[in-house]
Amino acid sequence: MKHLLSTADLSKEEAVGLLDTAAQMAATQSREIKKLPTLRGRTVVNLFFEDSTRTRISFETAAKRLSADVINFSAKGSSVSKGESLKDTALTLHAMGADAVVVRHWASGAPYQLAHAGWLDAAVLNAGDGMHMHPTQALLDAYTIRRHLAARGSGLAGDGGDGVGADLSGLRVAIVGDVLHSRVARANVALLRTLGAEVTLVAPPTLVPVGVGAWPCRTSYDLDATLDEWRPDAVMMLRVQRERMSGGSGSFFPSPLEYSRYYGLDARRLARLADHAIVMHPGPMNRGLEISAEAADSDKAVIVEQVANGIAVRMAALYLLMAGDSSAEGNDL
Amino acid sequence: MSSGPALPADSDPDGTTVLGASDVARALTRIAHEIVERARGVDDLVLLGIPTRGVTLARRLAERLAQIDPAFDVDARVGELDVTMYRDDLRRQPTRAVGVTRLPAAGIENRTVVLVDDVLFSGRTIRAALDALGDLGRPRAVRLACLVDRGHREVPIRPDFVGKNLPTAQNERVRVRLAEVDDVADAVVIAGRDDAAGKESAR
Repeated sequence: MKHLLSTADLSKEEAVGLLDTAAQMAATQSREIKKLPTLRGRTVVNLFFEDSTRTRISFETAAKRLSADVINFSAKGSSVSKGESLKDTALTLHAMGADAVVVRHWASGAPYQLAHAGWLDAAVLNAGDGMHMHPTQALLDAYTIRRHLAARGSGLAGDGGDGVGADLSGLRVAIVGDVLHSRVARANVALLRTLGAEVTLVAPPTLVPVGVGAWPCRTSYDLDATLDEWRPDAVMMLRVQRERMSGGSGSFFPSPLEYSRYYGLDARRLARLADHAIVMHPGPMNRGLEISAEAADSDKAVIVEQVANGIAVRMAALYLLMAGDSSAEGNDL
Repeated sequence: MSSGPALPADSDPDGTTVLGASDVARALTRIAHEIVERARGVDDLVLLGIPTRGVTLARRLAERLAQIDPAFDVDARVGELDVTMYRDDLRRQPTRAVGVTRLPAAGIENRTVVLVDDVLFSGRTIRAALDALGDLGRPRAVRLACLVDRGHREVPIRPDFVGKNLPTAQNERVRVRLAEVDDVADAVVIAGRDDAAGKESAR
């Protein structure tokens, strides 16, 4: 693996390997000294062209826990706001000797361009591009699902706790809400499918993307029927991305209240979930819109744990992309 | 892997067998007694194996310690220490998988920790293990036990307990095989000796 751009590029072995590495990273995070010397002397650049709190902080924490130097570069207050192109920004980073670039961009495909245009030789990690992909979010979701539910799936391969070594086959995941604008949903559909889980997308017809029939998942417009008949093991609520809805396309649902009635996870729907089911949300939550406070704060919710797991998964991604020399000959000493 | 107990000791096609199963067993028993003697009992002893085969060896040593002194609780005193993320050669090699680190229930704080590895070579693995140990706590003392010391040290590290000193050439490979890990009888094998054999006869 040279770059982490899309979950669709990951093989099942790579994905399980990444989750297993994340499990070892998570184990180091309960120690008194959380810092590891692994990436000492290497530089990670956080290149954020779009606002982000948790992803940027999570990547920064992960890089620092591995002793890498972190440079934060956000479009606001940088030369990008003066009109610098992505190419010139990349050449600047190259000249500064970045070993890895974590990039979030409002344009789908910007990380791919950065990785393959020959502007830099650093590893590129996609931290969310437009409405395309958010691979580390999908990986941390898969890690969280595996930790809680691997014992219930049929893909039980590991002997250790927390489902190490297992995939997600036999598990059912419902992804509910604004699928149209969601890179989290796209990244999750690809990864969960690779890991063997079944996925159902639940959304109002206006928020289902064109061409969804070609995705490896089912779609439904009816949340209640999905919860009652399909019995998902994990329910992932997506944020209603109001900032992406303000364009010329107008509104996607008549009123927030109606959306909440039909597609929100409230106490009533929470009570109908199976006992073992977990409730997830990639954050930031709109409490009262797609998820009620009862659901967000219930015992089934693993939303805060998702944030903690994000650090371990990003440490694993940085380790796997940066620690080794992929061109080196094997040495069995 | 065709080496088995039925075969004569040195007919292994993968190399020369220098220690057989009974040699390994005797060496471990002696090391266990030396550990107890040096520590004057088993009270503060904790064994940490370095994956993969060091973990198995640590477990076997612990079972012998429990035979010497039944007060020694094998499960609470044996752990494993993965040193992958502390290695100094990460950038020269393909990415390594990170292994499991599991501290014994007894902890390592103020204990005498015995690191257990199969082959001691450059000493760099042990240097990494000392760094890893420093991040986990502060043992009262750290000792090193290894089944084979093959020389060629690159850092100033020496073992406290050695199963067998094995003079080797730099380009030879020493392999330890253990029943639990490799599904063959215990053995220590030197491979890649073809060119070294010529040198030896010339000596």
